[in-house]
Amino acid sequence: MPLLEVTDLKTHFHTRNGIVRAVDGVSFSLEKGQTVGIVGESGSGKSVTCYSMLGLIPMPPGKIEGGSAIFDSINLLNCGEKKLRQIRGKRISMIFQDPMTSLNPYLRIATQITEPLHLHMGMSKNRALKEAIRALDEVGIPEPETRIQMYPHEFSGGMRQRVMIAMALITKPEILIADEPTTALDVTVQKQILDLIKERQRELGTAVVFITHDLAVISEVCDEINVMYAGNIVERAETGQLFKNPRHAYTRALLKSIPAMHAKGDELYTIPGLPPDVSQPINGCAFRPRNELGERNKCLTDQRPKLKDTGADHWVQDCPGCLA
Amino acid sequence: MSYLQLIDLKTHFPVKNSEPIRAVDGVSLEIQKGEILGLVGESGCGKSTLSRTVMQLIAPTGGRVILNGEELTSFNPSEVRRRRLDFQMIFQDPYASLNPRMTVFSTLAEALRTRQPELKGTELNQAIAELMERVGLDWRYIRNYPHEFSGGQRQRIAIARALAPQPKLVIADEPVSALDVSIQSQILNLLKGLVADLNLTMIFISHDLSVVRYIADRIAVMHFGKIVELGESEQLMENPSHDYTKELLAAIPRIRDRA
Repeated sequence: MPLLEVTDLKTHFHTRNGIVRAVDGVSFSLEKGQTVGIVGESGSGKSVTCYSMLGLIPMPPGKIEGGSAIFDSINLLNCGEKKLRQIRGKRISMIFQDPMTSLNPYLRIATQITEPLHLHMGMSKNRALKEAIRALDEVGIPEPETRIQMYPHEFSGGMRQRVMIAMALITKPEILIADEPTTALDVTVQKQILDLIKERQRELGTAVVFITHDLAVISEVCDEINVMYAGNIVERAETGQLFKNPRHAYTRALLKSIPAMHAKGDELYTIPGLPPDVSQPINGCAFRPRNELGERNKCLTDQRPKLKDTGADHWVQDCPGCLA
Repeated sequence: MSYLQLIDLKTHFPVKNSEPIRAVDGVSLEIQKGEILGLVGESGCGKSTLSRTVMQLIAPTGGRVILNGEELTSFNPSEVRRRRLDFQMIFQDPYASLNPRMTVFSTLAEALRTRQPELKGTELNQAIAELMERVGLDWRYIRNYPHEFSGGQRQRIAIARALAPQPKLVIADEPVSALDVSIQSQILNLLKGLVADLNLTMIFISHDLSVVRYIADRIAVMHFGKIVELGESEQLMENPSHDYTKELLAAIPRIRDRA
């Protein structure tokens, strides 16, 4: 049985401009110790997918319309806030893109990093502080005994992200959700943080859900990749397989449009148009209007294509116009 | 003779009771007309201060900036203000760099009139329509406000605004970093096409080396206020000679098993 199994998750937002179908039938699973990536452009629903599992969607306007997310035989989507609180921050933790806005600027690092230890483990103040200093040491913060008494603004961006990682992993969670954890960082710092996440994951056996829009980053850290488009997963495969043999027209177009895959001087491929407006109901294949690499006229128009296994655990939306 | 010449340019910021911060510390560069020079480096390396110094927004502590044979660093403030039209910038965040209360028309009209104050009526409309077409915006959106556009379209407006005063030098500071992958390629193609068509000279600042390699003719790597390596872009990416460049290249995530 997988550690986490998400089935047909639907999260919609009821706004004045209509119903925004941010996540519209997403299914994936996560095994113990595995790293699964979710890649997609802004608005594709990758963050909302993860926020839904942790009960972090503001309701209203958000509403979970259906589906389940089973973790240790508990359905996270309807288990109630009380139960969720025992899981969130202890067994499933999260790190965000911007460590400046996710740390409280008024509180010392010590106060913030020991909080989960008090709340979830009932540790005494002294023991929690010792534990926290050890955690900072493990993520490579120099002089943790003095640094722990400082405030977030006294740390650089990379150091703050290290603090966030230490904080997220201090309760030895089974799942870590990392939402664009390196997007705000410089390349060299990004590498340090990615290496750190991998190293800590190996030591603790944590499973990681890694959300990003950066295909290169995701190719380096993930075992398996889900490609999201307009609230759906359009393709899922083992990392090497996905880059070697992308099958959905959107994945192929995405890979064609990044400069890293081009010789110098080549015109970059551009996907025409814009992602669809998910506040309008989408009937049929969501990628149809932008599909140039496949055969647009063969795309489904009456129903959203379902994911199907094309062999070797390579799942692609079954749309005759997009599949190659 | 090169079009833009920087000679031992220095910009230091004084710090009370301490050594000054040497944000730009002896940079010498030459850029040819029609060239795209990529400038890479991490945050805090001085690349933004360097671009602001070249734009004459900050007075240099030492050194000279020569554009098209004229020494900009010798001009008095009012002269500098008149020359400022020759330099235009494109910023990272198209959400923050456009005035939310101005339509595309008024944004572009203002920019065009800086160079040609007499422009009005049908001529002005036509000039704006031309600009919009050039950057791939439909002229029907001429009366729309920035919030009605997507990030990529907003960046197109910002590019049109930068082109309006017919600049001699465009500095693009992380122009595609805030955009999605599929939109990023549209803007990169646009910038490349504009530089070729209009014979623009451009300094392209980015931390994304794969983007810089793709668009720039030469790359300058900046570290602690100094240019540590400068070279033709493929060459520099394939055979970096400075340790810092090697470190930077090693840190870029790469796609495994490239198709």
